[in-house]
Amino acid sequence: MPNKNFFWFFLPAGLAMILFIGLPIISTGIQSFYAQHDQILINVKKCDPFGCKESVVVDQEATSKIREEKPLGKFNGFKTYIDRNHLATDQVSEFWEESKSFGEFIGKVGNLPFYKALVFTLTYCIIVTPCVLLLGFVIALSLNAISRKIRGPLIFGTILPMIVTPLVGSLVLFWMIDAEGIIGANLQILMDDPYLSVKSSKSLTWITIIIYGIWHHSPFAFVVFYAALQTVPQEPLEASIIDGASRLQRVIHIVLPHIYPVVTFVALISLMDNFRVFEPIIGFSAEGSAQSLSWLIYDNLVNEEVILFGSAAATSIMTIIGISIILAPVLIRTWREFRTNR
Amino acid sequence: MKKILIAISFLLFSTYANADCNIKSGSINILANDFPALRTLVETAKECKGSADFKVTHSAEHNKIAVPALTANPSEFSVRVAANSSIVPLMNADLIRPMNDLVKKYGKGIQDSQLITIDGKVMAVAFMANTQHLYVRTDVLKENGIAIPKTYEEVVAASEKIRAAGKMKYPYAAAYKAGWNLAEEFVNMYIGHGGEFFKAGTAQPNINNAKGVATLNMLKKLADLSNPDYLTHDSEAIKVEWESGNVAIMTLWASRSGTLLDDEGDAKITAATKLVAPATVGGGNIPAATLWWDGFTLAKNRSDADAEASFRSLAHAASSKEMVAKAADQAVWLVEGFVPGPKSVGVIEAVKMGAKPYPMLPQMGLMHGALGSEIVEFLQGNESAEQALKDVEAAYMTKAKEQGFL
Repeated sequence: MPNKNFFWFFLPAGLAMILFIGLPIISTGIQSFYAQHDQILINVKKCDPFGCKESVVVDQEATSKIREEKPLGKFNGFKTYIDRNHLATDQVSEFWEESKSFGEFIGKVGNLPFYKALVFTLTYCIIVTPCVLLLGFVIALSLNAISRKIRGPLIFGTILPMIVTPLVGSLVLFWMIDAEGIIGANLQILMDDPYLSVKSSKSLTWITIIIYGIWHHSPFAFVVFYAALQTVPQEPLEASIIDGASRLQRVIHIVLPHIYPVVTFVALISLMDNFRVFEPIIGFSAEGSAQSLSWLIYDNLVNEEVILFGSAAATSIMTIIGISIILAPVLIRTWREFRTNR
Repeated sequence: MKKILIAISFLLFSTYANADCNIKSGSINILANDFPALRTLVETAKECKGSADFKVTHSAEHNKIAVPALTANPSEFSVRVAANSSIVPLMNADLIRPMNDLVKKYGKGIQDSQLITIDGKVMAVAFMANTQHLYVRTDVLKENGIAIPKTYEEVVAASEKIRAAGKMKYPYAAAYKAGWNLAEEFVNMYIGHGGEFFKAGTAQPNINNAKGVATLNMLKKLADLSNPDYLTHDSEAIKVEWESGNVAIMTLWASRSGTLLDDEGDAKITAATKLVAPATVGGGNIPAATLWWDGFTLAKNRSDADAEASFRSLAHAASSKEMVAKAADQAVWLVEGFVPGPKSVGVIEAVKMGAKPYPMLPQMGLMHGALGSEIVEFLQGNESAEQALKDVEAAYMTKAKEQGFL
């Protein structure tokens, strides 16, 4: 396609992207450098049905004047990024000095909210993505091999987890793992521990969310792989059968190399999706045991009665940076292949 | 015959009410939490809407909507039904208007005690009171020879006895869901221990002390006697546990008693359920509970005509003797003419025992938020009480610095 045509085709999408993705990201970035003005508090008499008492309130007259002058707030530079709820540079160096062993240091750092969320997010990403790829591929291969007559309904059944709304899917599992649900109660009997709770145990909650993630994301990998399998040429496959190649050898040496670009694509999308894990945490009410970066943003914006815009913006920017870092190897590799192909 | 008479008198009354308000213009749009008493109040306000436009949003997510919706100009809602804690973010951001003139002009039936005044300015009109107190199953207690517990130490002992008797696996329940609910339980217990959240006159946190540790230890003891899924249980979930007969002693909001004691569910459990005073803790004499009021506020970013229409219709409800007589079971109304019934016991006892109101401080929301997430690991047994409290203070201070309180 000539570059000119490409430009005109791309223009509407490009404009929409700048308007709805580019500008909000820039605005988020700017906000992350600002904090609220110093609050001007005054002592006043407060009365309610239970009595009167002297106490502080925000002085609105004085505050509104400052706000009008500088509506964005107080410039804070990178201070939000390095405070305790984010990168916590001061705390980390303090822990480094006072910790006796490396394990103790890691334990203390893991207790800081940002790192706690990062550890869960990365664990989720690292386990779910390969499992999704593998499971999706295995399902695609098996469905590709069975009779065409029953393939349709089976494909539908397989993509069901993706069709079910994430929140509903997680709620179903949430009730099953309840202490009186089918899985929870049976686990108690199996482990012979009447006080076992999947929901309050940190590791079991993590496992549940990860299993849910694999269940929910596999169909996507399956659909893409299944489509790619339809394009695998038959001739080399037949030739290899004549040469006496086993099924496994055929998959490894012919099918996989052929669909390799698709695998990269699915890996990329899954990584990106998994890094932003959020719905299952809400669905499982797992805030206590598992927090992700996306959940931290949500928490700053809605869970407090005071909205922390600067804090949420800083976490958002760091999530974007995190995704870029994770995607970098795959992207660099794709770029290199693209160059050599040309 | 009697029914017809009641119907006629009701008809007469409602026409009277409509004529009473005589609102000619403006529009009314209410944002409120979702529980029976608030629905009754809004319905009563609707009776006298006159020719004004009337809309209402009842939502359990009201806290998340309120600030953004009222920041818009003109704001989405003209009225926000708020409580001690949720009025604070509205005042911090200057989103609600004083209503002294409206009270003077149209607030004839409103009692002075209903007015929430800040520096002499009426910022809200309260209509009901709320608190968390104990609910007990008299049959289970009697069977095991236990007296009604008055302190949390007695609650622990009683629960242990019930568990040891093999009667129930998890005899105690309270809303310990990580986040707002869990933090609220800490607030109650800490106040019961006589604690103060901030160093006097400052926004510096003050919870990492012996009282804080005692509070956490008591919460842990109670959690161990609860359903192991307690970290995911909110008020609604423990209500269900109670109605299934799994629980003998529970700490729950007074405002939830209406639906707990309705005709739905096991009649035996309902009959044996008794509402009693909130418990004290650690030898203290004030209850480990906070007093709450629910009241209405008027949005600032809305026209004066809308504010006037809204005030008049809600003032009608907040002073309606008929409403409090009809819905005496649903809440502890602060309205004149309310005769407390058996469901009001908790709140009335709490007031008598000198319970403190939930602290209405500008920075309290940040403390509440920090508590909700940082004490979880202690309850899970992964952290010491001192470390958890240290984390709460550190998390709070970071947020308070960003918000300009420190």
